[in-house]
Amino acid sequence: MNRTITTVTALGLALIGSAAAAEPVKFEYWYGLTGDLGARLADTCTRFNDAQDAYEISCISYDGYELVVQSAIAAFRAGKAPTILQSFDAGTADLMMSGEFYPVQKMMADFGIDVDWSNYFPGITNYYASSKGELFSMPFNSSTAVMYYNVADLEKVGLKAPETWEDFEAAMKAVKAADPARCGFAYEPSVWIDLEQFSAIHNLGIATNNNGYDGLDTQFTYNTTLHVKHMENIQRWMTEGLAEMKTAATGATSQDTFAQNICTFYFGSIASHSSVHLKAVEGLNWNVAMLPIYAGTERRNSVVGGASLWVLSGKSEAEYRGAAEYMKFVALPEQEKWFVANTGYIPVTKTAFAELTAEGFYNDAPFKGREVAMKQLTFTEPGPLTRGYRLGSMIQTRAEWKSEVEAAFNGQKTMQEALDTAVERSNAMLAKFAKTYAGKTLP
Amino acid sequence: MKRAVFNNNWVAAAMVAPQLLIIFIFFYWPTSQAMYWAFTLEQPWGGGNTWVGFENFIALLTDDLYWYSVQVSVIYAIGSTVLAIGMALILAVFVDRQLRGFKSYKIGLIWPYAIAAPAVGLAFRFIFNPGAGVMLYVNDVFPGAWNPNANGTHAMIMVIVAGAWKQVAYNFIFFLAGLQSIPRSLVEAGAMDGARVLRRMRDIQLPLLAPTFFFVLVINITDSFTDSFGIVDTMTGGGPARATNLMVYKIFNDGFQGLDYSGAAAQSIILMFLVVSLTFVQFRYIERKVHYT
Repeated sequence: MNRTITTVTALGLALIGSAAAAEPVKFEYWYGLTGDLGARLADTCTRFNDAQDAYEISCISYDGYELVVQSAIAAFRAGKAPTILQSFDAGTADLMMSGEFYPVQKMMADFGIDVDWSNYFPGITNYYASSKGELFSMPFNSSTAVMYYNVADLEKVGLKAPETWEDFEAAMKAVKAADPARCGFAYEPSVWIDLEQFSAIHNLGIATNNNGYDGLDTQFTYNTTLHVKHMENIQRWMTEGLAEMKTAATGATSQDTFAQNICTFYFGSIASHSSVHLKAVEGLNWNVAMLPIYAGTERRNSVVGGASLWVLSGKSEAEYRGAAEYMKFVALPEQEKWFVANTGYIPVTKTAFAELTAEGFYNDAPFKGREVAMKQLTFTEPGPLTRGYRLGSMIQTRAEWKSEVEAAFNGQKTMQEALDTAVERSNAMLAKFAKTYAGKTLP
Repeated sequence: MKRAVFNNNWVAAAMVAPQLLIIFIFFYWPTSQAMYWAFTLEQPWGGGNTWVGFENFIALLTDDLYWYSVQVSVIYAIGSTVLAIGMALILAVFVDRQLRGFKSYKIGLIWPYAIAAPAVGLAFRFIFNPGAGVMLYVNDVFPGAWNPNANGTHAMIMVIVAGAWKQVAYNFIFFLAGLQSIPRSLVEAGAMDGARVLRRMRDIQLPLLAPTFFFVLVINITDSFTDSFGIVDTMTGGGPARATNLMVYKIFNDGFQGLDYSGAAAQSIILMFLVVSLTFVQFRYIERKVHYT
């Protein structure tokens, strides 16, 4: 009897042993990119799994960044979080304050993977680094906002892509004068473009403490800057008929109306470059240019958007090694170039950008024009006001801006009143955020 | 009347236990957690919280926009309940009178309740879309007459209609059952005394329908406060300019999207007490006027 048990146990152990040797280490990666871009991200997982057999990454798709972050939080609290989480800019402050992550720079060093961090564009890494410069998350899908314009419309009135907002207004007027039925500017309120990108390229802060980097006792200030005048201008353009509100709620988004050759201008992420190509109607002659600035101001670099990869705490060493291997894999120049070419995202390393440029990637359609985003993002070295935004409750404060600006566009209040209210309400949220993390400081 | 009594209490306890366990796991436990969070500032990723007493409640009750959300919730509750009960009652009376084709639409009327709220929202979003849906024809005749994307009142009407449409089916079943349980002899006696259809309805059928009416009212009011989420989420997302930001949607927005767990927990507690007290008021004051047969 005893002997049988021993034999069975030995057999069982042998089976487990052999299974362990063959089984790759499995870990999860949750991402929020959707549609075509999400499919390309899933491809990177397949490519990683095909390239080696020690690790098996399982990539799980969520419908949007907000959903993936909130799902990961719920899972984390239940002890079932993924190893890698794709988190967007607005989720950064909460993650940093929680401390529940494995800083990616430290992780790569711990596993002996040599990464030349200086090869990454500082405009990108600054957003995801601590105040001491340690990189917390891996830059991955990065973008910035640019101006999409209809080349044919501007040629007809003898104009080039406007570089200032004054020229932009003149261009809209000229286009309207030539064809009164034409929609000049497809506008869609976007806090990321109208406030965050706008303020960075004009070297204006949106909040005290260098946009929140220097402490938690931060207050918004954007109701006192050039931003107010800019929003008032947009409102005026709408009343004058130069600009039109184009959102999903009105029937077609700004991007759709641009691609359908209805409107001359629209502002959007460079990541949409490939989407516009796919959607563009036959014969649409379009290009992208840097966001305009106001005359008399000096242009600075824009800030990065998109998302980065966070490694969450509480995982085994084997899983962390797998995560490190995956990060190493996607950072390989040929993998990065593949992802850049198949999406609209920008390269995050100087090497990849230099190689792509040398290979003539940006010379012809459909990729021509994407280099504009790089030029804008690296226009100057990032300064204290153009590093990015380290603000708590960012999802809510962004929503406040949008609701108030909508109220102003609906004529319920003036733009100045709307922005004052948005700032006042957002400041209460920042104060609550600081109180939630009382006694802690930003890393 | 003879009462059925379990002699063995253990058997009784074993029978009740699964249900109690479910209520505990899905109601008492989350409620107590929410209650605790409502008095603290909870860090979303865990890692501790700070006790702040009534601060979250004070912040909410002094916030104009929170009261605005309460206001639109009440408008939605009254609007959708009146519409859903009124429509269901008319339809049930038609079926009860066995008007032509009643069998087919009796089944057709029950179906909508089986449709999930987000699906209802999507369907009505198309119907009410000013640029693409059925309402496009209205806008063609009267330009700018219908624009729920910019006009808060239009958006509210749209959400109420969608919410009521879904609820009509449920109410219909109860009203029809209520009408059919009224003894035929009463109605016939009325008819023989010369009462016409509307008179019979007012004096005989509606009073006898009062218990059903009361039950449906309680369910509809409760439902409109808690089950409106799916419709708002798919149709308006709380907009334009917060015009349809119902309390239950604001909880989702602040808590799950905004990661303000404590503020959302406090709102849940307020909503729960609101629904409990509304139900209490209805039982205490309206039920007195109801006579069960």
